[in-house]
Amino acid sequence: MPLTLDDRDQALLNGDGGPAAALAMRVVSRTAEVMRAERLVDITGAHIDSCLYNGQASVDFPRRLAEGGAQVVVPSTLNVSSLDLIHPELFRGDAHTASQGRLLMELYEGMGCRPTFTCAPYQHDNRPNPGEHVAWAESNAIVFANSVLGARTHRYGDFLDISAAITGRAPLAGLHLDEHRRATVVFDVGAVPERLITLDAFYPLLGHHIGKRVGRSVPVVVGGPDQVPEHLLKALGAAGAAAGALAMFHFVGSTPEAPTLEAALGGAPAAETHVVTAADLRLARDQLTTSTSSRLGVVSLGTPHYSVAEFGRVVDVLDDRQVHPHVRLYINTGRSVANEIALRGWVARLEASGVQIVTDTCTYITPIMEDVEGVAMTDSAKWAYYAPGNLGLDVAFGSVEECIESAVRGEIVRDDGVWVDA
Amino acid sequence: MPEAERVLMAGEARGPMLHLEEPISFWGGLDPWTGIIIDQAHPQVGESIVGRILLLPAGRGSSSGSSVLTEVLRAGIGPAGIVMQHADEILVIGALVAEELYDITVPIFTVDDATYRDLARADAVVMAPDGTITTG
Repeated sequence: MPLTLDDRDQALLNGDGGPAAALAMRVVSRTAEVMRAERLVDITGAHIDSCLYNGQASVDFPRRLAEGGAQVVVPSTLNVSSLDLIHPELFRGDAHTASQGRLLMELYEGMGCRPTFTCAPYQHDNRPNPGEHVAWAESNAIVFANSVLGARTHRYGDFLDISAAITGRAPLAGLHLDEHRRATVVFDVGAVPERLITLDAFYPLLGHHIGKRVGRSVPVVVGGPDQVPEHLLKALGAAGAAAGALAMFHFVGSTPEAPTLEAALGGAPAAETHVVTAADLRLARDQLTTSTSSRLGVVSLGTPHYSVAEFGRVVDVLDDRQVHPHVRLYINTGRSVANEIALRGWVARLEASGVQIVTDTCTYITPIMEDVEGVAMTDSAKWAYYAPGNLGLDVAFGSVEECIESAVRGEIVRDDGVWVDA
Repeated sequence: MPEAERVLMAGEARGPMLHLEEPISFWGGLDPWTGIIIDQAHPQVGESIVGRILLLPAGRGSSSGSSVLTEVLRAGIGPAGIVMQHADEILVIGALVAEELYDITVPIFTVDDATYRDLARADAVVMAPDGTITTG
């Protein structure tokens, strides 16, 4: 069945809502045709990835919308931008990028988007409920919305996000529909040794492994612990969405559409089953590490943006020790989490230890870090994947404990004991 | 003559082919100022996409791939055409916004597995608006 637009959609397309709404509806409806949607669906919210400056086109599209009088019709959060408006002195790029980055932030705010500037909108209040249709862009946010919140979004790109927010509509296809949300590929982690499965780093490494193998299919993880905390599911999803095209996963006993393996599979047999081994995770760790040097230049945590719980972990592990004078330790987060941890007194403690908190943006997408001599270390598989290309750095992936110990000692220390025989 | 399974973006293109042997994220995988592949883990790292017809299995990674594709097309350093095994909405969105804003069309087709394998041996490709693909 070809796409059928309802009267409201058709009216927008005809220009009844002005030229900006007509442009937005063309983008939504043409995307819907590519997705083989038969109709559009009302959305309850949007997350706008397009506010990161990637050149003139990034500005031209929202400017066309804003000049046409566009306003969002659903609550819409904004993703990271190119600038940290709370700590503007951190930006080390050129003046043109800075001014264009700021212009973008203003254009999207002017259309009614909330100035959240975070890649983790799910750490904000007002997150979508299970079953709600939304239009989210930003790969880690997409996978979190679908997998952990049980909300429904397809794997959308820039420009579709704001177009959906202006029209209030999204294609009823892909991961908006039950039949595409069922898992078809099983990853059985039951044979992974206890000493590895209890590591926080297990989750991003598993996500990297899955992302490399799963393509566009929806995977389900079975044989792991129940009630996995949200920040670990976030790390799994972000890693899979960077290494692959992961837009949704199930984790039996932890994600809302996977109370059991059978439920996640929708009663159908699995198309493929992969038994995950310690060697698979070791390989993921090796792929996310481009240097064996112990010379440490910088440590970056918080990709995706750290939550309050993750900051609590850093405060405990760092325990008011000083970051080594030759090393910079950056932690990326959103404004609302930064405000919350300031109220808890943690910002003052972390800053006294020499930690630099970065808000509104992220260290791997914009020039913030001072000249780095030595390897960059991170607890984020996503950061480790993109930083060598974006920043020209060598990276070492480690657990948050390894990252913090390394930052204090001024050299890379990793606990290889748990990986022996892997 | 090879034919598209689906024409996701209709258009015409001809050019030398670049086979990307693994999925790519345009954001973080491509330098938007030069059109050079910068994904250090990608087999075609260091290759230029400028003016070439990309043959690739699938998209991957960042939502910002849409705006990077639009931007390289605007700047005249984009691909001439894209042939994929699996449709990728993120790239299609970038292509249709380039058409809306700049009147620049980059054709995007999907092909079945056998056609994909055949095309992987071609040096140059012509993509026609009706979905036929000629190799050279």
